[in-house]
Amino acid sequence: MLQRLRSLATGRTAVIGVPYLWLLVFFLLPFLIVARISVSEMENVAFKDLVSFKDGLLQLSLKFSGYQFIAEDSLYFDTYLRSVQYAAATTLLCLGIGYPFAYFMARAKLTAQPALLMLVMLPFWTSFLLRVYAWKGLLSEGGWVADVIVGLGLDQLLFATGLIEAPGRLMNTPFSLVLGMTYTYLPFMILPLYANLAKMDLRLLEAASDLGATAWVAFWKITVPLSKAGIIAGSMLVFIPCVGEFVIPELLGGPRTLMIGRVMWDEFFSNNDWPMASSVAVVMVLLIIVPLAIFNKYQAEAQEARR
Amino acid sequence: MSQHAVGVAAPAAFLQIQDVVKDFGGHLAVNHVSLDIAKGEIFALLGSSGCGKSTLLRMLAGFETPTSGRITLDGVDLASMPPYQRPMNMMFQSYALFPHLTVWDNIAFGLRREGQASAQVNARVEAMLKLVQLGKYAKRKPHQLSGGQQQRVALARSLAKQPQMLLLDEPLGALDKKLREETQIELVNIIEQVGVTCVMVTHDQEEAMTMASRIAVMSEGSFLQVGAPADIYETPATRFVADFIGNVNLMDGTLAIDRPDHVIIDCADCKHYVGHGITGTEGMAVSVALRPEKITLTREAPADTAFNATQGTVKEMSYFGSFTVYHLALASGALLKVSQANTERHVDDALTWGDRAWAHWSPSAHVVLTA
Repeated sequence: MLQRLRSLATGRTAVIGVPYLWLLVFFLLPFLIVARISVSEMENVAFKDLVSFKDGLLQLSLKFSGYQFIAEDSLYFDTYLRSVQYAAATTLLCLGIGYPFAYFMARAKLTAQPALLMLVMLPFWTSFLLRVYAWKGLLSEGGWVADVIVGLGLDQLLFATGLIEAPGRLMNTPFSLVLGMTYTYLPFMILPLYANLAKMDLRLLEAASDLGATAWVAFWKITVPLSKAGIIAGSMLVFIPCVGEFVIPELLGGPRTLMIGRVMWDEFFSNNDWPMASSVAVVMVLLIIVPLAIFNKYQAEAQEARR
Repeated sequence: MSQHAVGVAAPAAFLQIQDVVKDFGGHLAVNHVSLDIAKGEIFALLGSSGCGKSTLLRMLAGFETPTSGRITLDGVDLASMPPYQRPMNMMFQSYALFPHLTVWDNIAFGLRREGQASAQVNARVEAMLKLVQLGKYAKRKPHQLSGGQQQRVALARSLAKQPQMLLLDEPLGALDKKLREETQIELVNIIEQVGVTCVMVTHDQEEAMTMASRIAVMSEGSFLQVGAPADIYETPATRFVADFIGNVNLMDGTLAIDRPDHVIIDCADCKHYVGHGITGTEGMAVSVALRPEKITLTREAPADTAFNATQGTVKEMSYFGSFTVYHLALASGALLKVSQANTERHVDDALTWGDRAWAHWSPSAHVVLTA
C-alpha cells in the first residue's frame, strides 16, 4: 500500500515535472541568456565574460548602461507606457465584444455549439499575416470598411477622440492598430470565456430568480463573478502578447503608435546593440510577468477553493 | 375535492391548482391536474422519475408556464408573475447554493434583492442561521460544508424571505440514508416552527409518508390518489398505488358473493372473506391487495381454513432484524409475501426454508381493488 502510494507520488511528480521542465528549458534558460547579454560588454562581435580572473583579481563586470539608458531616455518609458495602453485598450475591447459572444455561444442550443465554436476558430486556418494585411486594404481609402466608416461619419468621431489624425484617413493610426489587434486576439478571449460559461450550473440562475433577482441582476451577481477565472484567463491571453506585438503595429500602425516590439527590433537589427536590446526585452518580460503572477496566484486560490 | 375518490376533507384552499396541463411538444408532462392545498399543510407530490411531479413544482415556482389551467395563491392568479416576484421560495434539488458566496451571503441574497436595510438583513440572516444551527459557519463557502450542512443552508436561504409557500425539490435526495432519516424529522420541525405552507416533490415514499400531511401519488402526469399517508397506504385506490406504496400481495379473482356487509372473492389459491361491502356486481373481475404485515404465518392450520387462509412452502426468507419477510410458494405457483415481526429473540421450531406453513388473515386485512 505504502509502496503504491509512493510510486503514485513519483508518477505525479513526473507528470507535474513535464511542464516545469518545459518552462525551464524554453523560458527560464533563454531568459537568463537574454538577461546575461543585457549586462554584458561587447568586444567586437562577442560578449565579454561576466566573471574574469586576471593577475589574482577576480572581477565581476556587469554593465548596466542599457538599463540606465532606459531609465534616462523618456523614449523607452513612453513606448512601454504606450504598449501597455494599447494592449489594455485591446483587452477591454476584446472583453466587451467577446463576453456577449461567448455568453450567447454557451447558451445556444447544444447542437449548434460545435458549429459556433468552429466559426470562432475558422480564422486560424488562414495565415495571421494575410489576415492582418487584408485590413490594410479594407481601411485604406477606397476600402469598403473605410467607405462605410466615412459614409456614416464615424471618422469625425474618431478624429474628435484623437484616434485618427485627420478625418477620412484611417490607416496607420491608433485606431487601425487597435482594430487590428482586437480582430486578431478576439478568439483568445472568446475561447476561455466560452469554456467557463458553458460549464456553469444554470440552476444557480433559477435559484437567483427564485430569490427575487431579475435576469439582469442575476447576470451581474452570479454569472459574472462565476466567470471571473475565464475573464482573467482571456484577458491575460490577449494582454500579454499585445504588449510585445510587433507585426500588427508594423502593418497597421503609424508614426504615433511606436510600440516596444519595434524598439527592440531596432536595437537588435538597426543599431546592432544586443545588450541594449536585451535590456529592453528584460524590462518588458518583467512588465508582463507581474500580471501573470497575479493571475497564477488567483488560479491557485481558485483551485484551492474548489477542493 | 370531489374528483378525488379518497382523501381527507379539504380545508379552505390556499394554493389552488385548477385543471393544469403542461404540454412539451405533444408529450403531456402534466395532464389536467387539479389540487387544493390548505395553509400550513406539508404536501408531497410522490412519483417515480418522469411522472410530472417536478414539472408541476416548476410551474408553481414560475420556471415553467402551464399550457392551460390556472394556479392561484391566496386568491391571486400567478400566471403573470415571473419567478422573482412570486411570494414563494424553492429549495432546489442538490441545493444550487451560490458557490462564490459565503453561507451568510447566500442567505442574505434574497433579502438584499428586496432592498432591505442592512441592519434588517443582518438580523434576519442571524435569525435564520440560528434556526438551522449554523451560526458558526456563516463565513464558510458552500464547498467547505458537509452535505447535511449545505442542505440546512439551502433551507435557511429559502426561508429567509418569509415566503408564503415553500417548495422543496427532492429535499433529502442528496443525503445518505442514515442522515436522511434524522434530517426528515428536523426538516419537518423547522417547517412547522416557521409555519410555512409547503409543497415537496419526492420519489421516496418513506420520505413522503414521514414528512407530509397529505400525499398525491402521480403517474404519467396525473394524480392517481390524493390523501393522508395512512389513507393511501391502507386504502389504495388502484393497483398501481397499492403496488407503488410499500409492499403488497396482489391477487386476481372474481367477485363470487356480494352482500351489503360482506363479499366473497374467489382467487386461485384461496377464497377471501371481506368484512365490508363493495360496489360491484357478482362475477366481475377484481384484485385483492394484501399487505405482508397483515398476514399471520403458522405451522398449524387456523380454525377456519375455508376463508382467508392458504397453505404454502417457504421458498425465501429475508431477515431484516426487526422483522422477517417470508416468500410462500402457493399451490398455483404464486408467491405470497408475509412479514412477521421478530418479537422473540429465539424461537424454537422457527420456520425455515422448505417448511409447509399456513398463512391466514382477518376479514378487515385486505383491500378490494376494482381498478
